[in-house]
Amino acid sequence: MSPSVRVGMKATHERQNTGLDMASLSLRQVNESLQKAEAGSFVVSHPRGAHALAAGLVSPIDVTVEGHVGYYCGGMNQEASITINGNAGTGVAENMMSGRVHVKGDASQSAGATGCGGLLVIDGNASARLGISLRGLDIVVKGSIGHMAAFMAQAGNIVVLGDAGDALGDSIYEARLFVRGKVKSLGTDCIAKEMRDEHRALLRGLLDAAGIGPEVDVSEFTRYGSARKLYNFHIDNLGSY
Amino acid sequence: MCGIVGLFLKDKALEPELGRLTAAMLHEMCGRGPDSAGFAIYGSASDGTSKICAVRRASALDWADVAARLGEATGSKVTYETIEDHAIIRIDGDGVAARAWLIENVPEATVLSEGEAIEIYKGIGDPDAISQRLRLASFSGTHAIGHTRMATESAVTIAGSHPFSTGRDTCLVHNGSLSNHNRLRETLRRHGERFQTENDTEVAAGYLSWRMKEGDSLQQALEHALDDLDGFYTFVVGTRDGFAVLRDPIACKPAVMAETDAWVAFGSEFRALAALPGIDGARIWEPAPATVYAWSRS
Repeated sequence: MSPSVRVGMKATHERQNTGLDMASLSLRQVNESLQKAEAGSFVVSHPRGAHALAAGLVSPIDVTVEGHVGYYCGGMNQEASITINGNAGTGVAENMMSGRVHVKGDASQSAGATGCGGLLVIDGNASARLGISLRGLDIVVKGSIGHMAAFMAQAGNIVVLGDAGDALGDSIYEARLFVRGKVKSLGTDCIAKEMRDEHRALLRGLLDAAGIGPEVDVSEFTRYGSARKLYNFHIDNLGSY
Repeated sequence: MCGIVGLFLKDKALEPELGRLTAAMLHEMCGRGPDSAGFAIYGSASDGTSKICAVRRASALDWADVAARLGEATGSKVTYETIEDHAIIRIDGDGVAARAWLIENVPEATVLSEGEAIEIYKGIGDPDAISQRLRLASFSGTHAIGHTRMATESAVTIAGSHPFSTGRDTCLVHNGSLSNHNRLRETLRRHGERFQTENDTEVAAGYLSWRMKEGDSLQQALEHALDDLDGFYTFVVGTRDGFAVLRDPIACKPAVMAETDAWVAFGSEFRALAALPGIDGARIWEPAPATVYAWSRS
């Protein structure tokens, strides 16, 4: 359903804190309720690792999930604010367009993959392939991240308060990566870059948006980005391909 | 795809529940592997006798005749019981030799496991139907490993189903595919390992059996596997007293683990663990790539 189609539809859920208990409701029933709602707050209980929960939401609703979720939670999100009080499986907030997804625990592989916009906050760690092919989403991870993060990332920002694994930013385009801890290794064509004032301001804004206070100082971070040697084939760069 | 579950109990009070908990975990992984399923159960070790689990490939097999011939050939006392198309053969003597004799002389059956504690059962088709038919929920024991298979590297047969066991009380399940299994199989054959299939996972099981025969601990055998196995894998391995997990260096296949004071559990997805007792207070984590996680009963 595109946003324009919804104009004029009657809101079906306007009560506050609507409870959706997956001990008695099916995944399809819960997702249908969330996808049809145009406003309101929802609490989803007993998710028990269900896949694709709260995926494809298109309205500025608040959703709180009490427990661990499976794959693709909050995928393709537009406008909704989704909080997961637990861990998230593969592909949380994948391809999200706008809004906010907040994982209070850890996230598995490919968190925020191909994300176009909005904010993804992960309080714990994220494993491999965080933000691969990122296209404009901002990601803030309070813990550490696994290997191959930001592979071929095109736009958007990734902030990591902990460490990064192998091959950070491999074949990266124009996304910006800010890491406070150690980076195990950089991927091809990803380099450390100077932190100028505009980058410090950008990073401060991202930390603020993620609810991280001044106790985390932007001067502790290193910025990484593209060396821009792989944009076009050049025989002198053959060794880098 | 393929789904893996594993449960290693620390609290003895849960041992009568092992089969029921494993069946519930396996149920959640049906969608990841609808082609076939299997499970290994480690019960309490019996009084020095060896157990051999075998499944008939023919529509009928006279297990009494097999047991009698095995007793005659080995000079040992042999008894057996059947569960559906499986037989559990108990032998008061050299179980390794008995396993080899069965593989050589009873082509109508596939030998699934041999050891003091291990029993392996497998079937083709819907995993839930298999665990019900083979009464998985009724088993008690100390640890269990289950697998639901979506076949990629070899045909959908009983022999190609997991878990694979090539050494005493040792078994392995695998999500992924190995690329150097043909050459490694030949190397291991020269070291005396015996294989019953063309399956890649059986080679990984044989590799670990060989390493442990060479004196490696389970941990060391898996560390060597990181050097010698090429391909994608998440492995869960059982030994008589141990339980281990290893993922390939790029973590190609999914894995989640949980631990409480009462148990350690593995699932391809969290939903396999969601019904375990005490899961709400468990430590839950994703195993890191190229890192061996191992537990053993002291």
